[in-house]
Amino acid sequence: MARIAVLIAQRLGLGVLILFAVSLIIMFVVELLPGDTCQELMGQGATPQTLQACRAALGLDDPMHERYLSWLGGMLTGDMGISLANQRPIDELVIRRILNTFFLAGIAAAIAVPLSLMLGILAAMYRNSIFDRIVNVSTLTSISFPEFFVAYILIFIFAVELGMFPSVSNVHADMAFQERLYRSLLPALSLTLVITAHMMRMTRATIVNLMASPYIEMARLKGIRGMRIITYHALPNAFAPIINVITLNLAYLIVGVVVVEVVFVYPGLGQLLVDAVSNRDMPLVQAGALMFAAVYVLLNLFADIVSIISNPRLLHPR
Amino acid sequence: MTATSPDDEKSVLLDIRGLVIEARSEDTWAPIVKGVDVTLHREEVLGLIGESGAGKSTIGLAALGFARDGCRISGGDISFDGIALRELSEGRMGRLRGARIAYVAQSAAASFNPARRIDDQVCETAVQHGIMSRPEARKRARRLYATLRLPDPDSFGRRFPHQVSGGQLQRAMVAMALVCGPDLIVFDEPTTALDVTTQIEVLAAIKDAIRAERAAALYITHDLAVVGQIADRIKVLLQGEEVEEGETEQILYHPKEDYTRKLVKVRSVSKPGHTDMSDTPAIEARHVTAAYGKGLKVLDDVSVSVAKGATTAIVGESGSGKSTLARAMTGLLPPLSGGCHLNGVELPPQLKHRSKDQLRRLQMIYQMPDVAVNPRQLIDEIIGRPLTFYFGTTGRKRRDRVAELLELVELSPDLAKRPPAALSGGQKQRICIARALAAEPDVVICDEVTSALDQVVADGVLKLLLRLQEEFQTSYVFITHDLATVRAIADDVAVMYLGQVVEHGAKDDILNNPQHDYTKKLLSSVPRMEMGWLDRVLAERAKGREAIS
Repeated sequence: MARIAVLIAQRLGLGVLILFAVSLIIMFVVELLPGDTCQELMGQGATPQTLQACRAALGLDDPMHERYLSWLGGMLTGDMGISLANQRPIDELVIRRILNTFFLAGIAAAIAVPLSLMLGILAAMYRNSIFDRIVNVSTLTSISFPEFFVAYILIFIFAVELGMFPSVSNVHADMAFQERLYRSLLPALSLTLVITAHMMRMTRATIVNLMASPYIEMARLKGIRGMRIITYHALPNAFAPIINVITLNLAYLIVGVVVVEVVFVYPGLGQLLVDAVSNRDMPLVQAGALMFAAVYVLLNLFADIVSIISNPRLLHPR
Repeated sequence: MTATSPDDEKSVLLDIRGLVIEARSEDTWAPIVKGVDVTLHREEVLGLIGESGAGKSTIGLAALGFARDGCRISGGDISFDGIALRELSEGRMGRLRGARIAYVAQSAAASFNPARRIDDQVCETAVQHGIMSRPEARKRARRLYATLRLPDPDSFGRRFPHQVSGGQLQRAMVAMALVCGPDLIVFDEPTTALDVTTQIEVLAAIKDAIRAERAAALYITHDLAVVGQIADRIKVLLQGEEVEEGETEQILYHPKEDYTRKLVKVRSVSKPGHTDMSDTPAIEARHVTAAYGKGLKVLDDVSVSVAKGATTAIVGESGSGKSTLARAMTGLLPPLSGGCHLNGVELPPQLKHRSKDQLRRLQMIYQMPDVAVNPRQLIDEIIGRPLTFYFGTTGRKRRDRVAELLELVELSPDLAKRPPAALSGGQKQRICIARALAAEPDVVICDEVTSALDQVVADGVLKLLLRLQEEFQTSYVFITHDLATVRAIADDVAVMYLGQVVEHGAKDDILNNPQHDYTKKLLSSVPRMEMGWLDRVLAERAKGREAIS
């Protein structure tokens, strides 16, 4: 257990460094974009004078490193700053949005992870059967289509034809849980279809691989049969690779959902970030991107911890 | 245990008639067991013996109604205690396995699930089949651990497989087989992966346990000396067919068939030891101390020398530092202190600082020919590369030299255009020898080069090495754990134990008059092709212990 504590501390320290590096990269990239916030806000009608005044007001005239340092100073004292585009506090904007994103990702994960594990285990058990082939082909098909296509197909079937679900998922904070769940279900379903194939195939491949190991043969020769071989003997040894794929997909659920959010007009962090980039709203882009980076770091840390816990060689050294 | 005959009052437990098992190769099924009969009575031990490919493991698994992936039981009857196993459903078969017929595999390290505690695996069948409650099964397991002389039987089962030694895990697997009190146990090479000093303990534990549990056993091995200690009868197999079967005594002392006689004959290779130490040694390790990383010392002040044109065997159990010494000599693991001298000249400790000529003079042959050759290269590339690298030989000249080298190792020059996969294990090892010879070395380090080969094939390889030594005056550093091989090939012997050389001298002195306790134990642990050898050694050791206490 001490090992794990050390690992967590190391990783969190490293994570802070990564976030710092990410913030530097973001600043440079935003700086490389043509135009600035004032131009984007005022558009064609801006005169040089009004632009000048706007830039002075927002502090855009200061050199890049000064703006970065003042932003960093605020960040270190827990102040994310205010949005350049609409002058609202960023923490308020971002936190509400990221909770929405977590909610959507949570639903998608709650469906996709058990589903793909189950399909993967069953496909491994009935390897090369009709069932195995159907599962493989259908999950591969759904991953092969672009997300927006899957999303529109779902809208067409469930919203337009059957009228079961709304086609627009405009959730807000004071909505009841069931209502939110109901409105988020279609986007969650599109995400599920996109990520299931990956996890299911990894589960299947890992278990099929393990089924050839001598201790599985030994279990058979001990008279152990069926599901118990897989759940008791194979699965614990398959956790490490499967968890890694699951966390990669969970990370994708949080940082890669922009397209699905746009299609369903779901108020998640992805949409906010897209708007922030087009407004050249540097503090907001920074805040959003750091959130995503932090999610990545934490999920990978989680995967490593699970790998260690599931490996008795690491957990119980000689 | 007295031998039984069919007329005896003990009833037949396992009756296999005309067993045919086929294996899939490409699209066709080829028989690997061709109509074998096996009869085993209650409380009897039958040894199945043969080289790889004899079909002995396949027959052993068939006794559990099991065929590996890619194999199928296609003919014959398997009757266990009157039950026709081939007609049984998977479900009813599963209830027999583990409960009434148990299996002990060759490698306990691979056969135990690394993610589960030993107790959970040992007790699994008993609990899952509803034969015992979990506490009952635990209690029984603890008793078996004690019978099998495992350390600390009360807490042993709480450990994970990686937390105990190989010999202990092998005994734990015997406990796993015994827990339900089976009528029949199939032992599939249960001591082959162990060092001789560990093997003797496991063998004794198995023998006692079978006797105490009054179980019948099929004991599968390639080692006639081992099976002679434990079996009542022995059946000799060759390529899926029976050669002969008889009482252990008859097979060991009066074999009828030529093939059995070949197996019984201890070693057909032998060499009188001769050493002339007056000359500068071909290679010499002087006070070498080495470690991996900052870890424990794997070599502690090791000095070994090999005379020109002679062979020094390095013997010792796994973990004694034999292979590490080879790595230090080749420069793969620079020693912390001390160094190696080639023909009296000190070698740079690191591989990358050695000259091409120094590299050429010291070559290596490995234990596993399968992994020591690149499967994607053809034979002429494998042997030809050192020719180009060391001598710049190319084109026609290189082709001719490769053909010459192939002939030298008694292979057909036609093999040059084949990939390694088309060759047998023994042929591949000859390719590795040819590759080492291509460099025209002064010293060849042979790391367990015959351990992965069947005895008859291994004898051929040893003969070849001896012939080549006579022809080219090459010196061999011969790393092995097999003392019969040492007898066959060595001039000098260095015995390693826990990273130190405990004895170093002429072969005859060490083998006939060992001084160090470990050497004595090692020599007395080598199974002899004599009935009652195991009981005698154990009795002597027990007497020795009594004398000390």
